[in-house]
Parts: sequence; structure tokens; C-alpha cells
Amino acid sequence: MKLYLLLTQIGFGLLLSLAVNAIEKPTPPKANKQFSTEQACVEPIDIMRRYHGHFLKHHRDDTMHSGVRTTQHSLVECINCHVTADDHGNYPSVKDGSEHFCRSCHNYAAVTIDCFQCHASKPEKK
Amino acid sequence: MSPTQNRRDFLKKTATVAGLTTIAPGILFYNVSQAKPDGEAVTSKVRWGMLIDTTKCATGCTDCVDACTKEHGLNDNVSAEVAPQWIRKVGLRDKQTGKETSLPMLCQHCEEPPCVDVCPTGASFKRADGIVLVDKHTCIGCRYCMMACPYKARSFIHETLENQKPHSPRGKGTVESCTFCVHKVDKGEQPACVEACSNADHNAIIFGDIKDPESEISKKLAEVSSTALRADMKLNPGVRYQGI
Repeated sequence: MKLYLLLTQIGFGLLLSLAVNAIEKPTPPKANKQFSTEQACVEPIDIMRRYHGHFLKHHRDDTMHSGVRTTQHSLVECINCHVTADDHGNYPSVKDGSEHFCRSCHNYAAVTIDCFQCHASKPEKK
Repeated sequence: MSPTQNRRDFLKKTATVAGLTTIAPGILFYNVSQAKPDGEAVTSKVRWGMLIDTTKCATGCTDCVDACTKEHGLNDNVSAEVAPQWIRKVGLRDKQTGKETSLPMLCQHCEEPPCVDVCPTGASFKRADGIVLVDKHTCIGCRYCMMACPYKARSFIHETLENQKPHSPRGKGTVESCTFCVHKVDKGEQPACVEACSNADHNAIIFGDIKDPESEISKKLAEVSSTALRADMKLNPGVRYQGI
């Protein structure tokens, strides 16, 4: 009986590892510039990966209700830096493209983002 | 004053400091009211307002409306019958005399906004500096505010939008209205309609801080007679009209 359980567990483990391997890790495009010489993004990368949603939400309320217009945690600045044009000057679509910085990871994590129903998903053409 | 300082030195120093502060105040106050630092919250020391001179506003001219539409991308890929109107031209006609007046109608940015009173989610709110806005993150699209507004200043977005402007996020299922171009005002600029009106040399709209007695709008308001629309409702709108 114990052997049977062990075999099932190994079986599941194998299946799981296969499934994980089948989904490609996202490769979001490189940002336009570095935040500073010491730091790539506006906060250390591991903090950004986990908490960017919190930063955005906090900043959104500050901007909306108090008119705070700093750019460090603003969505517009994320887009300006992280959504980059291809050789023809076209920006990736947030709809289908896994090329879009936000979309590429959110597709992988299966997290729906509603931001871009209202917010611009690409920098404004000057 | 330190115990070692004598009376004469103290008087000299205070006189110099007083002299410095009296040379600058006009300039200093102007700067403070015009552009606030990015990281600072807005305060109720400022109240933004608008004075519209209807005698300078020509029938058929839509410069302000066009500027608003362009600034916020209001008509991009939207069916005409549901296109939002943040500012619209309204014609008045005196039945007795036949005198016709044309004026732009927009959110009046009331001191006591009825849209804020009726909002069930707190999405409709008034900023400390008097600008009435919709927080679309919390708007559920119930449209109570549209019913409550006596100026018919708000629009509902019926269709999916695309390619919105970065400074003006807008989307289906929410209510929106004139923001006094809050993204420009926070940078010390004028709203798009005001800019367009003065660029076309009509100069029918003055925008500024009505709590600052030195501002152009305050001086004008003190000088000419102006009207608050539906003054009977005691909403104390931030937009006032001259010549009606």
C-alpha cells in the first residue's frame, strides 16, 4: 500500500514538473533607462516584483485625491520606461502581445489586469 | 536675542530681514499660487475658479469645446450619439427683447456639489482646492450624480475606449466630467479651454485662484457683476458668468 502511494506521488511530481516546463517563462522587454547608476528600477528589483501593485495603488490615491504628481511610482512613468517601440516605432499591444511589459508577466501568472481599460498602455507619441 | 547682543545690533538685523521680506512678497505669493511642488498635496488655501465673460463669447464659436475634446481625446472612436460632453455651448434668448447670448457650460465645480452628496461609493469627490472629480477606480456607473447635477455637466461612457491619453484615463462604465484640466493645473498651467480661448484672442475666460485677492480673477470678480447659475440652490459654483 505504501509503495502504491509513493508511486502515485512520484507520478504527480513528474506531471507537475512537466507542466511547469511546458509553460515558457516570460521574457519582458528591457526598459528604456536605468533609474540611477546603482539601481535599475525605482525600487530594488525583488521589491518591485512583489510590491509594484501596492506602490501603484498607493500612488494612484495620492495623485487622484491630493494632486501629488511625483513620478517615481506613477503608472505613466512605468509605461514610458518599460513599453518600448520596435524598429518601426510601433508599440506592442496590451491585448494580445506577450511583448507588452505588463502583459507578458501577468499572462504567465494568470492575473487579469484592468488598468488598461482606462489607462494608456503605451507612451504618448510626441 | 542672545544675551551678548546689544539693542542696536538687534534692531539693525531685524530691519535687514524685514527689508528682504517686503521686497519679495508679490513675486513669492504669485509663485506659490501658480505651481505647487510635485510631491505636495493640494490645500484648501487655494480654490480654483473661472469667470466667463459672455459678452466676449461668440455664437457659433466652439474653440473651447474643440480644445477640450482634443486635450482629453473625448471623441476618439465614439459614436456621435453617446459622445461625452465635458463642455458645451449653450444659447440663451431673452423672449422679451430677443437678445441672444452664447456661453460655454461645464462642470461648475460647486462648493457644495450635489453629485458628491448622492454618490453611493465616494467616487464623486471634491479636492481640497475645490476641483470636483470622479475617482473612476471606485465609480460603479450608477449615474446618480448625473441625475443630481443641475447643470447637466456629466457624461457616462457607454462604449469600450481605446488609445486614451496618458494624462486623462477614461473608460467604459464610468461617469466623467470636466476636471478643470487638473493635470495641467497641478503643473501651474491653465485649462485647455482657457488656453484655446485666449490663443484665439477671444479672452472670454479667466481662470485662477479665487481665494487669492491678488489674482486676476479675484480682482475682476470684485470689479464686475457676475452671476452664479442657479444661485437659488446655494451650491456656490466655482464658475461664474458675466453679462447674463
